[in-house]
Amino acid sequence: MSEIRVLIVDDSSVMRKIVERALRQAGLEPLVVLEAGSGVEGLDALRAGSVQLILSDINMPSMDGLEFLRQLRAQNLADGVPVVMITTESSEEHVRQAIQAGAQGYIRKPFTAEQVKERVLPLLAA
Amino acid sequence: MAQSLRENLQTVADPMHLQSSVEEVFETMLGVRCEMVPCSGVASAETITSVVGFGGMLTGACVFRSDGGTALAIAERLTGMGFTEMDDTVKDAIGEICNMLAGAWKGKVPDLSANCGLSIPAVITGRDYNIHVQAPEFRLHQCYRFDGSGFEVTIICDGLQ
Repeated sequence: MSEIRVLIVDDSSVMRKIVERALRQAGLEPLVVLEAGSGVEGLDALRAGSVQLILSDINMPSMDGLEFLRQLRAQNLADGVPVVMITTESSEEHVRQAIQAGAQGYIRKPFTAEQVKERVLPLLAA
Repeated sequence: MAQSLRENLQTVADPMHLQSSVEEVFETMLGVRCEMVPCSGVASAETITSVVGFGGMLTGACVFRSDGGTALAIAERLTGMGFTEMDDTVKDAIGEICNMLAGAWKGKVPDLSANCGLSIPAVITGRDYNIHVQAPEFRLHQCYRFDGSGFEVTIICDGLQ
């Protein structure tokens, strides 16, 4: 079975580990996780190699998740790669902005592994 | 778009919203049920505090505070790792807990959720310090216990439109 390469962008290393654990619990194996602590690092990671899924926080220093999303779309760094935002921001306006910027999914913190599975697996199967 | 959060002060400052936020975050992310208890202060010499600021139609902060032992217990449950000291990962975990509490709390009121942003968490560790806000609009302060560990959560609002 070929590996699944996922980029997790979050300024919290703890949250990156929690998201990775949720992906493994969702059955995504063999999983290769690339981590980035900001949108800038996320763009650098995408320039260095391809992934099949991106999960990104919104509130981050230096470049937030929405700007990261706009930049990766504008620079064609991840064409066709689904992006799921994982964030504490849950208003309809934030969801609308994320979808407008090119996100395919939205998960609100706090989240369960089951919620991650429900949002992520259909995107990888598509 | 809200005309005024001040007109809905009773809803915004409803203590039940904070309680349900604490229960939601701790049950979902840590798998523990918290019991609300009377506040008696954090007795331990070393404490950890995380602050997430609110900006927009409501300004203020969500403040999480606990002793070191509770911080380690939370970090262990959150990450599945073991900790013996309050290192950067423990501080990061406490910052994230505060971030999720702040997000869950403001999410209870749709107008607040849409018109109030969150700052990046700041984490403070040390002994014998207090956080003081002059003349807040309102202040919610609640204390909890789980598995023998205790913590405090405070919502301080110092500006409301």
